[in-house]
Amino acid sequence: MDRFEYIEARLFEGENYLKRDKNVKIYDGDDKTQFVDGEVVLTTHRILWGKPGDIPRGLVCLSLHLYYVFCIEEESGGVFGLGGPKRIILHLGPALPGKRPGPAVVSPFHFVKFSFKDGIDQAFYKALTDAVAAKVWERPTPMASPQSPLTATSPNASPKPSVMPVNSKIRSGIVGIERSIEEQHRQTDESITVAFQDLRKLMEKAKDMVAISKNISNKIRDKQGDISEDDTVRFKSYLMSLGIDDPVTRDAFRSDSDYYLGLAQQISDMMVAVLMDTGGIMSLADVWCRVNRARGLELISPEDLLNACKLLQTIGAPMSLRKFPSGACVLQLNSHQDEEIAKTTNELLEANGSLTPEKLSQIAKVSVLLARERLFTTERLGLACRDESIEGLAFYPNLFLREGL
Amino acid sequence: MAEISWPWQYDFPPFFTIQPNTETRAKQLEAWQQLITEYLKTTKQSTIDIRESQNSRLFNNTEINRKLSQEGILTILEDMQKTGRAAPTDKSKNVWEVYWHSLDEWGNLVYNWACNNGMNNSVCTLFELREGDNTVDQEFHGLDMSVLLKALKTLEGKGKCELMEFDDSQGVKFF
Repeated sequence: MDRFEYIEARLFEGENYLKRDKNVKIYDGDDKTQFVDGEVVLTTHRILWGKPGDIPRGLVCLSLHLYYVFCIEEESGGVFGLGGPKRIILHLGPALPGKRPGPAVVSPFHFVKFSFKDGIDQAFYKALTDAVAAKVWERPTPMASPQSPLTATSPNASPKPSVMPVNSKIRSGIVGIERSIEEQHRQTDESITVAFQDLRKLMEKAKDMVAISKNISNKIRDKQGDISEDDTVRFKSYLMSLGIDDPVTRDAFRSDSDYYLGLAQQISDMMVAVLMDTGGIMSLADVWCRVNRARGLELISPEDLLNACKLLQTIGAPMSLRKFPSGACVLQLNSHQDEEIAKTTNELLEANGSLTPEKLSQIAKVSVLLARERLFTTERLGLACRDESIEGLAFYPNLFLREGL
Repeated sequence: MAEISWPWQYDFPPFFTIQPNTETRAKQLEAWQQLITEYLKTTKQSTIDIRESQNSRLFNNTEINRKLSQEGILTILEDMQKTGRAAPTDKSKNVWEVYWHSLDEWGNLVYNWACNNGMNNSVCTLFELREGDNTVDQEFHGLDMSVLLKALKTLEGKGKCELMEFDDSQGVKFF
């Protein structure tokens, strides 16, 4: 048992896979060991034993170099010798100095047994004997390790197992762990860098893609006659689904302010009619919904809308952004001034006796928020007075100023 | 208790909300002050306790289910204080004296009455002034003691009378 080594299940240079078997138990001489129900893999150089699935994953497993094996025999298993041979006995030579650590440091036995639960596969047995006879490890390989000083001097010692793992790095102890962590970090770093390179490339290409798509859509427009109506429509819908039409986009402008100016113009153009319909005033939230619905794609953010609306006056639009003392922002037609609002609201107040914001919103078909602002405006101009009670906020015609005392 | 004629504002719900608009609010406060004065005059009261006043008919119109909040009452009273028509009697401004005449006016009223009745250089007790048969038709008849005292003190400051202490009551000598 002291000839076994712990090692990662990897093939050495020049080593080849030969055979595999399952449900294998190892005996140290005649004694049972903890190594039961494992998997063995026979290579040209070694026998590897590991828990099921460990070896294919390259995890650490037990390794016995075939160099040690000088005699192989079968032992018939089972009571009364029934069921055919079940164990292979490997007679081993003395352990070499400097071998890797294994499951046992010393062992009184000079043989180990591999017990096959399902009986010995004759093909496996044959492959094993062949491999031991072939002594592939004795053949000089071009990769012969320079770390093995015995290679040249003694042909017998050349296959010294300790120097066999030419390519496998020694990863034991804290240093080993640290190194492997470092290695992992490096790899992560690399993959991140590569990923971001891809992203940057994609961003660079995005503009070209847009340009190409626009080209194509222009061509389609020109050649409307040649291509069937259906195809044109379908292609356009593809382009649309990619978000490419002709909306005012950030890309199309050099700077933010240009973009906002363009956007402000667009908002002004499309909102005039809408504002007329809704009584000359609309909350910014509603404006945002309307604008984005009109755009369909290439939606703008509320912030962009706000910034654009701030520029409405500079481009001479017939409407302006208005911020009420309460903080509510609205888009308001210039023709729709406070006095007008107060006057119409006052008329409604007179007609109804008193109004709550909710009631006004129903009558004037504006949002409650705006109705409230209207009433506040009217109040500010002295045409209404408020009544705050447990029933809520209501407004009345300002009798204080009209009636006197 | 004599019934007062409630002004139209009393049935106007916004009257019970202090208006934010400056102009409106000035009108509103004016109306309130008139109402308060009128009410106290009719009921012969001089003090308002803000903590209890919300139960009073003055600030609570049960018909339209509106009442003036304590802050509202305080606002009005503080506004009255600026014109000398009310004064808090405690630091927490809970109890207020309301003068439907200013203290000066009260003093003059009393002095005029004294002059007209030949009371110059004679002494009369405050009880006489408040409860006496001679003053039944006077406005200061039944006036709150502390208000009367303050009014007389302003008069004393002008040198028109002198307050004096008796064993169990106070008197005043008019010059």
